[in-house]
Amino acid sequence: MTSDMDKLKKMFDRQAASPPSQAAKDAAIGAGMAAFDEGHAQKLEGARQGSRLMDRLTGAAIAARATLFWRRPMKLSHVLAGSVSVLVLSLAVVNVSQFQTPERQETGAVKPAVKADDVRLGFDKSEAKLAEPAGRKNAVLADEKDMPSSVVVDGLAGALTGPVATSESAAIASNEEVRRSVGQFRADRARDGVRGLTQNKIEPAQALTKQRLAAKVTERESFEQSQFGNRVAESIAPAPVGGDEIRRREYRDQGRDKFQTIKPNPLKVTAQEPVSTFSIDVDTASYSFMRAAINKGVLPQRDAVRVEELINYFPYDYAGPETREVPFKASVSVFDTPWNAETKLMHIAIKGYRIDAAETPRANLVFLIDTSGSMNAANKLPLLINSMKLLLEALKPDDTVAIVTYAGSAGTVLAPTKIADKGKIVAALESLHSGGSTAGAEGVRQAYLLAEQNFDEGGVNRVILATDGDFNVGITDPNELKSFIERKRKTGIFLSVLGFGMGNYNDQLMQTLAQNGNGAAAYIDTLSEARKVLVEEAGSTLFPIAKDVKIQMEFNPQTVSEYRLIGYETRLLNREDFNNDKIDAGEIGAGHSVTAIYELTLKGSPARLVDSLRYQSETTIADDRKSSEYGFLKIRYKLPREDTSRLITEAIAPDTHDSDAGAPREARFSAAVAAFGQILRGGPYTGDFDYDDVIDLAQSAKGEDRFGYRAEFVNLVRLAKSAAAMEQLKRQ
Amino acid sequence: MTDSELAKSASQGDREAFRRLLERHYDMIYRLALRFTGSGADAEDIAQDVCLALGRKIQAFRGDALFSTWLYRVVINACHDFVRRRTASTALVEKYVAYRELDDADHADTKERLDWLQEAYLRLPADLRETVLLVVAEDMTHAEAGAVLDCAPGTIAWRMSAARKQLKTDLERDHDE
Repeated sequence: MTSDMDKLKKMFDRQAASPPSQAAKDAAIGAGMAAFDEGHAQKLEGARQGSRLMDRLTGAAIAARATLFWRRPMKLSHVLAGSVSVLVLSLAVVNVSQFQTPERQETGAVKPAVKADDVRLGFDKSEAKLAEPAGRKNAVLADEKDMPSSVVVDGLAGALTGPVATSESAAIASNEEVRRSVGQFRADRARDGVRGLTQNKIEPAQALTKQRLAAKVTERESFEQSQFGNRVAESIAPAPVGGDEIRRREYRDQGRDKFQTIKPNPLKVTAQEPVSTFSIDVDTASYSFMRAAINKGVLPQRDAVRVEELINYFPYDYAGPETREVPFKASVSVFDTPWNAETKLMHIAIKGYRIDAAETPRANLVFLIDTSGSMNAANKLPLLINSMKLLLEALKPDDTVAIVTYAGSAGTVLAPTKIADKGKIVAALESLHSGGSTAGAEGVRQAYLLAEQNFDEGGVNRVILATDGDFNVGITDPNELKSFIERKRKTGIFLSVLGFGMGNYNDQLMQTLAQNGNGAAAYIDTLSEARKVLVEEAGSTLFPIAKDVKIQMEFNPQTVSEYRLIGYETRLLNREDFNNDKIDAGEIGAGHSVTAIYELTLKGSPARLVDSLRYQSETTIADDRKSSEYGFLKIRYKLPREDTSRLITEAIAPDTHDSDAGAPREARFSAAVAAFGQILRGGPYTGDFDYDDVIDLAQSAKGEDRFGYRAEFVNLVRLAKSAAAMEQLKRQ
Repeated sequence: MTDSELAKSASQGDREAFRRLLERHYDMIYRLALRFTGSGADAEDIAQDVCLALGRKIQAFRGDALFSTWLYRVVINACHDFVRRRTASTALVEKYVAYRELDDADHADTKERLDWLQEAYLRLPADLRETVLLVVAEDMTHAEAGAVLDCAPGTIAWRMSAARKQLKTDLERDHDE
């Protein structure tokens, strides 16, 4: 045993035999000196101003910050990736220590024990990681054997010089010379790397070894990540729970793409819990994220799949309201469940009225653009800039646009400018380049400030935040940011969140921001997605027609014995929240369609999962006239400028389209999407219904499909099918 | 001038003192990072991170801990941060190159054994790894390592035995396969 330690010592000694390169040393020392100068200057300034923010933070949060403090300045290359996860992890811990409620534990990163489910979850995550955060890595390893070697070298050079660009543009602005030397050093090393690899041509026969190697590296990394979690826990937990073993179990690995853990809505027994309440959700981010994953040949991690967002991704041709008095119309249909012959789906379709281009209110938009180093990827900043240009096309000459960026320090790039002056806006967009860490919170402040200065009483005032969700500087407490945005919402400024990039995507933070800022979160992975969100759906993205839209469904225990809400897990409300106008909920934009689906088990159906109780009588009070109804639908909403909610009600009679054939095409398509989402989540309710069935159902309900979204969906299901098959193979 | 004196001057804004500190300790920082990650390139990145961090943090250095203890702590934390945050791409390419080298080389028994040990070492949980690094590679006493890692000497002893146990288990398992 001791001899192992001796050998270990020998191994360490051997490593020490390779000294650091002088270039690296010089670069590092130069960088250190620059940081020293900057830090010293800041210290002088800091002493003058004091730090209000710090005063507000709890002791635990200060500890968390202290461990991260030095991380902030200006790390180059890939460092930017993922700093937020540290923060989120640590803050989750802070929350727990502050509130100590079981719910916190559920939603936070802390989990008491690892469940069986998590095994697959972890697997998905490591897959996703292997696939994307370093898509380059995959490109290098996967494509090599199919490509001429020159292409490989090019690709790799790109991959290795990518970080160089970042390092060069990173924030050592104070010291030009150092910056150059660092860049030079990186470039040298990148070249060495390329040479090193090309010397080792990979033969196809070795593909297997490579895979094993790759798997090993991934495995180790995820392990190390979870270990890091431990450290954070250690460094800030007020009182360590016990030995290292115990602490280790408390932490679950988090991929760098962060999603809130979702537990699918359970089945409810009508007699016990007849009322179901939730907020509508018009976000679509989950769909695009899922698409990006599947297009890479891997299934998305389960928590990335929010079924309601999948369903609501598609525009549906529902009947809209006849008059403007009511901003939207709700229609309900009931039809046989495609995946269960013994149950029914109740389909609630909501359609907002359209605003014609001619009568759209004037828009006062502030683009808040993340230009931090982590945005330096083809699918982030460049895509963002092109997306924003698309949006300009959809605006009127009278609308104004301002641009605020945040990276290291936040700044206003473009003061509010009329669209008529489009050249100026485009030039400002094109001047953006990434570098530095993410002072997201300061950016948010400046953006709201600009929107307020330019506030248009009669128009639409909106901040459009485009980021990969990496807020690692400034307000780092999501709750603080949340309450800031909440306060701003009351001033009438709305927020939209556009997510970019994969690998470092902080979904939960973006969702939280959008939900609290009266806005929608969309995930932009391609230019055509940008076109969908910003041009075709500009109306619904930009112009709210109703806010705080809540749905409450009361089921009739005489007809419905069990029910289950599909999706909306993150949007559930308490029964009493429905009538409380203080409780925030989702907004509907012009022309938006929103869908909610319940699966119902009718009285007497053999599909019933819960037996009736022997000692409970099943008598009900409802009179005969109502006794045949399925339930009673109530929708509450507020007009964008009002604070008091209005109510819509509708009784659901049993003859509402009571057969599958008669189910409207749009409802059938949404059912196909719902089935797909549930299958991806490994949901227990879909039975034998498989990917092929989804394809058949979706094909039969494709309809006009003007933009090809539904055709794309069918294709995605096919890809998911093969990705699922691949996963089976990998597990063997 | 001793480290602590230099650090004090640096914390009061003395640039030259700070530069001398960096020059004096860069090699140690690099070595520690190299051992922790097993990768020269990563170690260079980490060392640069640490230099940057020191530039920022040095003003906060109050001299209530030994400078070396304080520095070790910064480096260890930087290693953890880095490992968690790095994109796998560079690491994978390097691992692959290293793997190929290994494959081509004569499998001299000791080399293989040392490589295995390195692998096993890198597989250790982070807390054990940092402990082994300080005690075995840096020849620290349990008390010194405890000061860096902010835990009792007893904990260090416990971790060392846990590390031994795990290396042994790994050894047995790998040889069974």
